[in-house]
Amino acid sequence: MHVSATAQLLLELGAVIFGLGLLARFASRFGLSPIPLYLLAGLAFGAGGFAPLDAPDGFFESGSEIGVILLLLMIGLEYTAGDLVENLRTQAPAGLLDLLVNGIPGVLFALVMGWDATACVAMFGITAVSSSGIASKVLTDLGRLGNRETPAVLGILVLEDLAMALYLPIVTALAAAGAGVSAVKAVLIALAVLAAVLFVAIRYGRLVTALVSHSSNEILLLRLMGLALLVAGVAEAAHVSAAVGAFLLGIALSTDVAERAYAILEPLRDIFAAVFFVFFGLSTDPSQLPSVLLPAAVLALVGVVTKMVTGWIAGARAGVYRPARIRAGAALLPRGEFSIIVAGLVAAGTTDKLAPTAAAYVLILAVVGPLAPRLLEPLARRLGTVRLDEAAAPSVAGD
Amino acid sequence: MATKAEQLGIAVERAKLPGFGVRQEFTCQIGRRVGVITLKNGHRQLAVYDERDPDAVLASVELNENEATLLAELLGAPGAVERLSRLQEQVEGIITANIPIAPGSPYDGKSLGDAAIRTRTGASVVAVFRGDEVIASPRPAFVFQADDRVVAVGTEQGVHGAYQILTSG
Repeated sequence: MHVSATAQLLLELGAVIFGLGLLARFASRFGLSPIPLYLLAGLAFGAGGFAPLDAPDGFFESGSEIGVILLLLMIGLEYTAGDLVENLRTQAPAGLLDLLVNGIPGVLFALVMGWDATACVAMFGITAVSSSGIASKVLTDLGRLGNRETPAVLGILVLEDLAMALYLPIVTALAAAGAGVSAVKAVLIALAVLAAVLFVAIRYGRLVTALVSHSSNEILLLRLMGLALLVAGVAEAAHVSAAVGAFLLGIALSTDVAERAYAILEPLRDIFAAVFFVFFGLSTDPSQLPSVLLPAAVLALVGVVTKMVTGWIAGARAGVYRPARIRAGAALLPRGEFSIIVAGLVAAGTTDKLAPTAAAYVLILAVVGPLAPRLLEPLARRLGTVRLDEAAAPSVAGD
Repeated sequence: MATKAEQLGIAVERAKLPGFGVRQEFTCQIGRRVGVITLKNGHRQLAVYDERDPDAVLASVELNENEATLLAELLGAPGAVERLSRLQEQVEGIITANIPIAPGSPYDGKSLGDAAIRTRTGASVVAVFRGDEVIASPRPAFVFQADDRVVAVGTEQGVHGAYQILTSG
């Protein structure tokens, strides 16, 4: 039977997206994140995989860009500028410690592997930043939103997202410029544009909100999506990274519009984010995976330990007892969307081992991440049953 | 003005959950902790903390807005909520509305008496939400502030009139 190009595109696309649906169902059944399965699917369908696809490549490439923009826009929608400032004030030491303790092993790893400067900077972000998506889902699923360590955990996730707004432009500029003086210039321009956008977002949030808000969902969706792509495009042109432009737009929108927009965009985000993970898998050479698996596993193990340290210290700062400090660390373990975004930004301009290493690292930690809070619970229990009289009068000022 | 918790002499611990909402909890006389998480979508989570690990939620139940109102009523909460639902039961065709006083509203800083809502529209102002407080049955001398939310009850026309008055004068 002769199949036209359009038919082939639709068939392959349909099969992939339906397959992702099955994978997501499988993951949710076991309380896991679908991200590692999406990545594996991409690896399997890519060049050198089990079942290479050819037709929908173009779709996946543009879809993946839109996926990143939606992911970051929606992270921005969850927070207000006030949230960010407040967390910066109260949690800054824990946030800084989190980035350093978790990012430096990534840099050391890149140095040991003999990679270039771009890869060193990229590995910092890949290992430092937890997946706020997976972490929030696990906290919700396990009914731990009310736990007294949770504000500290969420505070760190917020600060990581904020740090990313500063970090992504640097990585983007580095990837665009290569090494040397031009890189410094590119980074400076990127930071200047970032400052300008941040200023507009915080100072003129109302105007930005007025630009998109409307009582009709359809009009809101089209305006918001259009504006997000425009801002992302401008940001990308200035090497600030499209994703950061979208993130700042999300911050700028006022709460009531943001909440409606969140509900409207969620299904779109789900589909394009899945496409984004698949595309990263598609463009990663699976034949490189075996050779990086062991180093990535070691790095992941270090990543588990360093996040546990972060959680312990952040928990202690928040005045919670030892079991809660273990839980805080466990909640911060997963790495996911952010690590893949960073790897995707630099993959073309640095060692070809970086993308497979990031893929393996996320594959491990996106699986371990949601399991750890459950598995570590017995340990947390044993580590410290708090005596009731001690508990009844908590002397430490939390939060 | 003292909040309810201050009047009752119970320390309520409040923590922001960025991206989710606000958690408020207190320790009961018997030593157990109870908390309520107000989510951004208006749902509430009722949480009971573990006896052996006071940082951990032992069980939590998510309630939608109606269920939360019902639970508050079952617990015997007096005030606006009860009054509202009783009003709604009594008269068919009565609606309630939650009208925000935007900064710059003509009644920001003016009193309920100045607005003369009942005389002009027939609708009644039964409560005002200010931050975490509820001011039930405000007197005519009550002065509106920006970001108050005014609960008005009346016919559809009356409530619409009240909305017009409070937002554009």
